[in-house]
Amino acid sequence: MADVALRKVVKRYDDVEAVRGIDLDIADHEFIVLVGPSGCGKSTTLRMIAGLEDITDGDIMIGGDVVNDVPPKDRDIAMVFQNYALYPHMTVAENMSFGLRLKHYPKAEIKARVTEAARLLDITDLIDRKPKQLSGGQRQRVAMGRAIVRNPKVFLFDEPLSNLDAKLRVQMRIEIKKVHQKVRTTTVYVTHDQVEAMTLADRVVVMNKGRIEQIGTPNELYHKPATRFVAGFIGSPAMNFIPCRLEDNGGKLNIRITDRISFALPPSRAARYNTLPRTDKLLLGIRPEHISESHAHLEPGVETFDTVLDVTEPMGMETLVYFGLEGAPVCGRVNPNAGAQDGAPMRLAMDLNNMHLLNEATGIVL
Amino acid sequence: MLTLPLIILIALLVLYPAVYSIHLATLNKSMQKFVGFGNFTFLFKRDTFWMVVKQSCIFAVTAVFFKALIGFIVAHFVHNIPGKKQRKWRGMLLVPWVIPPAMSTLAWLWLFDPSYSAFNYTLSFFGIGPVNWLGDTAWARFSVILVNVWYGAPFFLIMYLAALKSVPEQLYEAAAIDGANWWQRIWYVTLPMMRNIIAITTLFSLIVTFANFDIVRILTSGGPLDRTHIFATWAFKVGIEGSDIPLGASVSLFMVPILAIAAIFILRDVNKRGNEA
Repeated sequence: MADVALRKVVKRYDDVEAVRGIDLDIADHEFIVLVGPSGCGKSTTLRMIAGLEDITDGDIMIGGDVVNDVPPKDRDIAMVFQNYALYPHMTVAENMSFGLRLKHYPKAEIKARVTEAARLLDITDLIDRKPKQLSGGQRQRVAMGRAIVRNPKVFLFDEPLSNLDAKLRVQMRIEIKKVHQKVRTTTVYVTHDQVEAMTLADRVVVMNKGRIEQIGTPNELYHKPATRFVAGFIGSPAMNFIPCRLEDNGGKLNIRITDRISFALPPSRAARYNTLPRTDKLLLGIRPEHISESHAHLEPGVETFDTVLDVTEPMGMETLVYFGLEGAPVCGRVNPNAGAQDGAPMRLAMDLNNMHLLNEATGIVL
Repeated sequence: MLTLPLIILIALLVLYPAVYSIHLATLNKSMQKFVGFGNFTFLFKRDTFWMVVKQSCIFAVTAVFFKALIGFIVAHFVHNIPGKKQRKWRGMLLVPWVIPPAMSTLAWLWLFDPSYSAFNYTLSFFGIGPVNWLGDTAWARFSVILVNVWYGAPFFLIMYLAALKSVPEQLYEAAAIDGANWWQRIWYVTLPMMRNIIAITTLFSLIVTFANFDIVRILTSGGPLDRTHIFATWAFKVGIEGSDIPLGASVSLFMVPILAIAAIFILRDVNKRGNEA
């Protein structure tokens, strides 16, 4: 087990910069998830930690040692691939023990480690099968078993659940979390799925266009996104961004969305935004869960407005409602019994205690 | 009923020639009298026949082995050449295989000429030779095998190259992380992944090489002293040149059981592994 550190790591392919100088410190035992859209450099970063890609510039350290020029086999890491990369001609046991056999571990120890890992992953019955005879979820477990038996300093996961169906993905997500709770190996996990990132990570690293947008715990990213990208990427359905500006209204700070709709900001928010120029083009960032049906006893800071719904999506425990404000598409989550209907007018309530204000030009959360 | 056209085709193109050659093999030299296994019992008593059996086996097995080995090695080099350049190299390396062997072997015949060939001329600078390439028994055997390898290796190259491309890159990455060095990656990943292709190409090449005719015919005509004869050339010699067609047919029929045994072994192995990958 070890900590991992990236110092100004750059990866260039010819004239394309895939990773543009990232700094990242991963503590021992930590579960870090790199998340971002495809092409953001997250897989490249992982592969550089693994040693499967050379780094163009910067340093990568594992356990305090610079490993820039150390080949993958000497980095003491284990990796789980998206398509599992199991050796098709070897049985499950042979797949899991391959690394140990190459390192000439004693037979008894290999057997003990494989048995232990198989027990941990609940694949003891499959030990003599070939990968072809396994389901996707079972193959995934074997791939994890192959990583666990090596007892490496760092686990690397490259989109390990992408090939599984939705139900199995949820199940394996929990399995991975359980395994990490037991073995506590430092883990770097790459995914494009923000739900996976939020549920698994101690800390999430949101990447975009080869750079780190924000590093934080899942709750930090959700409640205090630093940029429009993070605010829009984390959370499903995504945060709404509505064009707006600030205006003074008799000593109070208001936020004006349309000619008709203008809300007074709650005192805490008003204090925070008071110094901003009133002429700036701003975006109101509000999550769908903070737009719901209006009712009689509204808390302070919750403001109502009338709109006409475009589309409603009943999800069972809630109904998603879609409408437009100032040309921006907006999504809200209402109680399924609130009577939301396609094309019907509805009075909704917006919880401004949970609002964000963004600079439209820079995308920075203010 | 829908298979009727297929049945007719097979009957015409496979069954008829096969049955006819078996029928031929049971006739006497003038093809007037039925002699049963007479031609075979006659062959079994001839030393030349057993020599041809032995030579055919040596010729085919050695040639196929080196074709496979060279094809495998060169396929690796070509596989590592990036993109467009690879196509050029692939094209150039296929040349020996696409030139009709009757023509290219003539070029080899001149190269092997004992008195004024390029080979002996070059060797003379090192104080070696002249080597009697096609006149000396051992050298003649070496030469026919060499030309056959030169002609057949590109086929292995192209098959292995295709097989190499189908091995997922992530298996090599997984092996690299598992601690396998270059050689171990070939031994534990490449070879097992290519086993079926290797087996089938080997079988196919074994059949074709066993039945080879043109190279030996042009280079040595079986000589010196029948020491380079293989089934097809000897069958031609006794059948056409010696005007004993039934005996020639018996010689060539003798290839069938040998190849059948090889095919059974190789295909059984392929079947066993077929449902793995």
